[in-house]
Amino acid sequence: MNAEYRGIDFEDRMSTVDFRLSERAHISVDAAVCRSCTAQVCVHACPAKLFVPTSDGGILFNYEQCFECGTCYEVCDAEGAITWTYPDGGHGVVFRQG
Amino acid sequence: MSDPMFDVVVVGAGPAGSAAALTAARAGRSVALVERGPHPGSKNVYGGVVYGRVLDELVPRWWEQMPVQRWVTRRSTMVMTDRQALTVDVRAQAWGGPPYNGATALRADLDGWLADLAQEAGAVLVPSTVATGLLRAADGTVRGVRTDRPDGELSAGVVIACDGVNSFLAKEAGLFGGRTGARHTSLGVKETLALPREVIEERFALRGRDGLDMEILGCTRGIPGGGFLYTNLDSLSVGVVVGLDGLAACGVRPEELLADLKAHPSIAPLVRGAELKEYSAHLLPEGGYDTMPELAGDGILVAGDAAAMCLAAGVWLEGVNFAIGAGMYAGRAAAEALARGDTSRSGLAGYRRLLEDSFVLADHRKLRRAPGLVFSERMQQRYPALLCDLAEEFFRVDNPRPKPGLRRLLRRGAAAHGVRLHHLLSDALTAWRSFG
Repeated sequence: MNAEYRGIDFEDRMSTVDFRLSERAHISVDAAVCRSCTAQVCVHACPAKLFVPTSDGGILFNYEQCFECGTCYEVCDAEGAITWTYPDGGHGVVFRQG
Repeated sequence: MSDPMFDVVVVGAGPAGSAAALTAARAGRSVALVERGPHPGSKNVYGGVVYGRVLDELVPRWWEQMPVQRWVTRRSTMVMTDRQALTVDVRAQAWGGPPYNGATALRADLDGWLADLAQEAGAVLVPSTVATGLLRAADGTVRGVRTDRPDGELSAGVVIACDGVNSFLAKEAGLFGGRTGARHTSLGVKETLALPREVIEERFALRGRDGLDMEILGCTRGIPGGGFLYTNLDSLSVGVVVGLDGLAACGVRPEELLADLKAHPSIAPLVRGAELKEYSAHLLPEGGYDTMPELAGDGILVAGDAAAMCLAAGVWLEGVNFAIGAGMYAGRAAAEALARGDTSRSGLAGYRRLLEDSFVLADHRKLRRAPGLVFSERMQQRYPALLCDLAEEFFRVDNPRPKPGLRRLLRRGAAAHGVRLHHLLSDALTAWRSFG
């Protein structure tokens, strides 16, 4: 594949999106459940790369740059691992183009 | 229970919600339109094309007002493999004049315009507010919504849930029964790429406000899904849509698929030099008719993505038009039920009848088998490769050997790609039943 089009660094990619930061985390993750999960599909499926595996087999997550799409909780088949709601009104992602 | 604060509370100021609020307000009803984003459209993403004819009923000469980027006068369907591409390209200049066919538009503009129309008709827009749950009477009838504002209960005669693909309200109301939508949900990732207007017009052979809508099959590494490329005035919308099951199983990151598509020999020259303006992602309900929830409950209606009213039939990718149609009929059915004083499930049943009589459910019922066909392994992998090979061999000049006939090429290609004649026939029959 042509390297020219692979050139967008993920942080640069995310810097094109506006977010209004909420104090409250609208995602919560039960690390104990994640440690027993071998698939950890959320890690590669989340389009904003919010889920990062830790060395002890758990998951770290960041809610601040969430697209609010719902992919994480739809693909997660470990009961109760990811709790996901919307950020408080007026907060979170603000798409300019959509 | 005391008198409700509003006749109708609509949740979600997308196309379905604004059409519902506009219709109910025009019928003389008091309407609140609750939107969780700071302004309509701020939480919404779509491919980028809207088919506006449904607006004929709502906004006379809508094409003179709608915030359009380009009118779609060119529609391409491309099938590809890693090294090949075969395109059917349709150009219809009539689509570039009234009453128009399709248009590219940005959701921030489009959703804002529709919500403005609802407000002009008297609906009250309540932005930056999340509907966190349903209010119910003792008998379970829906009587309004709770919100995340202090003292934020909004009571209503009818709630119209247009709260999008994740519709927590339709789920809470029990309209999905025990079913889960995950099997039939896709993830779309999109880049909006800036390019000067003249470059777009030259590169895509367009003039003035003419635009291109290109749908692509075979660009997702075999994961069920597809891609698209649409022209805006001075930007392109390029994206891929993949089924969540397939994405979960494959271990590939979504933006990698998008990078693949942009690097493909047939796409790279089209996006060359373009600068990323915005990266976005959203889920789509793509299961069609057979995955729709109950559309009415006691005191509640559901419309748009919340009711899975998205059509993913390969050559036809539509959603906003179904949302506007469904919202319009939901608003009308709610107003009629309120006028009769019966907002029970049976009092609201007129909604489904209106949808059955219109393109919303007629098209979805007609195309109920299309998602299964389009997402099948043969349609996703074998047929694109077979068609590309067939075209490449058919047009290859291989002198001094004599030209092989199409029949021989088809037989050879089918064998090479493991396509059996009876599969081809049964898929053709399914396609004929859907599209014919």
